[in-house]
Amino acid sequence: MATTKTAPGHDVHAAHAGHHEEPGFFKKYVFSTDHKVIGIQYAVTGLLFLLFGFSLMMLMRWQLAYPGQAVGWLGKLLGDNRMPGGVMLPEFYNELGAMHGTIMVFLGVVPLAVGGFGNFVLPLQIGAPDMAFPKINMMSYQCYFLGGVTMLGSFFIPAGGAAQSGWTSYPPLANIAGSGQTWWLIGMIFLITSSLLGSINFIVTTIQLRAPGLTFMRFPIFVWAQFVTSFLLLLAFPPLEAAGVLQLMDRVGGSSFFMPSGLVVSGQVAANAGGGNPLLWQHLFWFLAHPEVYVLILPGMGIVAEVIANNTRKPLWGYRSMVYALGFLGFMSFIVWAHHMFMTGMGTVMSTFFQTTTMIISIPSVVILTALILSLWGGSIRFTTPMLFALGFLPMFGIGGLTGLPLGLSVTDIPLHDTYYVIGHFHYVVAPGTLFALMAGIYYWYPKATGRMMNDFLGKLHFWGSFVFMNVLFMPMFFLGLAGVSRRLYDGGASYQFAQPALHYNVISSWGAWMLAVAQIPFIINFFMSLKTGRKVGPNPWDATTLEWAAPSPPPHGNFEHPPEAYRGPYEYSVPGHGSDFQPQFERA
Amino acid sequence: MEIPYTVETREDTGLNNGKIGIWLFLASEVMLFGALFASYILLRVGASEWPRGHTILNVPLATFNTVVLITSSVTMVMAWASLMRRKFGVFRVYQALTVLLGGVFLVVKYFEYSAKFHHGLLPHTSNFIAIYFTLTGLHMIHVIGGMAVNAYLWGPGAKLYKTNPEWFTNRVENAGLFWHFVDLVWIFLFPTLYLL
Repeated sequence: MATTKTAPGHDVHAAHAGHHEEPGFFKKYVFSTDHKVIGIQYAVTGLLFLLFGFSLMMLMRWQLAYPGQAVGWLGKLLGDNRMPGGVMLPEFYNELGAMHGTIMVFLGVVPLAVGGFGNFVLPLQIGAPDMAFPKINMMSYQCYFLGGVTMLGSFFIPAGGAAQSGWTSYPPLANIAGSGQTWWLIGMIFLITSSLLGSINFIVTTIQLRAPGLTFMRFPIFVWAQFVTSFLLLLAFPPLEAAGVLQLMDRVGGSSFFMPSGLVVSGQVAANAGGGNPLLWQHLFWFLAHPEVYVLILPGMGIVAEVIANNTRKPLWGYRSMVYALGFLGFMSFIVWAHHMFMTGMGTVMSTFFQTTTMIISIPSVVILTALILSLWGGSIRFTTPMLFALGFLPMFGIGGLTGLPLGLSVTDIPLHDTYYVIGHFHYVVAPGTLFALMAGIYYWYPKATGRMMNDFLGKLHFWGSFVFMNVLFMPMFFLGLAGVSRRLYDGGASYQFAQPALHYNVISSWGAWMLAVAQIPFIINFFMSLKTGRKVGPNPWDATTLEWAAPSPPPHGNFEHPPEAYRGPYEYSVPGHGSDFQPQFERA
Repeated sequence: MEIPYTVETREDTGLNNGKIGIWLFLASEVMLFGALFASYILLRVGASEWPRGHTILNVPLATFNTVVLITSSVTMVMAWASLMRRKFGVFRVYQALTVLLGGVFLVVKYFEYSAKFHHGLLPHTSNFIAIYFTLTGLHMIHVIGGMAVNAYLWGPGAKLYKTNPEWFTNRVENAGLFWHFVDLVWIFLFPTLYLL
């Protein structure tokens, strides 16, 4: 029997061109309904937002390391209402803080992980010709784009600039803040719509457009991760939308949903009717934002699982346990949200419940991480660039996860709450955790998207630079936090006597951030250079087993030359008695 | 390139894409209104005083509107059932009735709202009025959205019937599911705001 493994790309293009006429530039790249183009749109926009959000942080790190010191050229660049004479105003610092968080989470990481990788890889991995609803898919990207434009535009509002109340937008502060907060809410409604449309599309595509023979237990872990993630997005975002509507009503309509009675603002009693409850916002916000943490991490775990299986040349250890752990994690993530609120005075009974569920949810995370580590055992590891990032993910996510335990217990949370320790903890999860996984994904699927490999030397330079400086950046934050330095200080703690012995950590951390930026230069060069000069590859350059490698690189419109079929599980590497060390899902025995 | 299962059902799931899609969408809508109802409860139990709905709001008008919406759900089902029996002319009539009844609901709502504005009852007066406007306003946006879809399926969207009647019937069914959901939200809103 002939196999469907080899798929010479040129014939497909020729056959394809015969059927349709080439669409114009706008139809092909801007208003495309092709899941691969939309995936790349999402990924590139997401990467640009990551760079932008990182730049905001680099500005903040100057103020934290060298509070009040002037930088003349930045002052000229950013204007007198932000940095007069090069010294950062506190209001501008607050803008940077709020928008760094918002941009990184909602406009950077999630669009790259879910919108980018989900759109590009998921339909290919399940052998589908496209997403189930291609036009809705396009709308999803456009809503995201509009949300991004709204958020960016809010920086240029003459009165007050962008939102200043943190990415969590806690009322009553957010209720009485300047008009940037209204723009933030409108932007969020666009982003929520975008993720709603996207998540419906992912779930329907996964259930309906699977290739023949691809049962759920033959899904690659990445598909499972995206599937669970989509349910989280589908069900957790609407409560934030509700909260956003209520806050908009408070700000625009003058209601008092989040305004308590007798609130005093700048020495004046607020003009609202009162009777509202600021904690209500926190409940609604964290009902989204805790599942959101798993939206950030699950696609990353999925990518790492793919890369590890491929580069150890052996099946994943405990595939079924990982699948069940993913499902359980998704379910549990809906009932842990109030561990962000131990210090709000919501009561010890509530705290006890939520600390218990929080301890329970750490179990599936540990199951997944353990399975990934055990998968390395006895493998003949290929230290390719994606594998380095995947290996870097394991200990970094491990540090992030373990440092979260003291925060999840309501007693040890008391001294650590709102200190730099918290910042260190979740940045270890998201930055060297998720972002490393996403980088692994970029190096791994770049040849599928472009037909060319990325440069290996530049890739390794990128990895080692990032690995070292990520730790220089984030490790000192644990020490600062344990010394008691609050995360919300404009001067990084310089005005506090007790913080003096720890202040030098701010300088180390800041230099780590700036050097981390330098370490990204090889990646940026590599990303663009490899489009032109990268080594050309066939459909399956990594000798991988999952269905996306059956399609030509890059896959044409409609993806596959012949509709693929799955004959076996996703990770049949080094099967005893088989000729080569991998047996693809799409290859008949 | 054809996306499979847009019209026909997939053998092992027994469903087409649109049907799963609309149910997932409704699930997220349940979470949206669920969060708002939960907020209502939290605000009410935390408030020092909270008026009984009927002392401020117009119960007879809202009762009339409830009847209007339930009737429109019936005509929506009849529209779909006519299509199942391939009686396009009858579908046209029932579909038009559904849209018109939605319009009646909006007109009644307009009179209710303007009476409140007239009496100076605006969101800043009390959280009861504020949550009344928020919940009914959001519901009204859903009514308008459902009417837009139904009007489209009555007018330009009906062209699909000539080429692919089955696909068109599926679309009407999905629009109907959404319309019933909007109806159902009102059935919860009515006692919560007006009676309790």
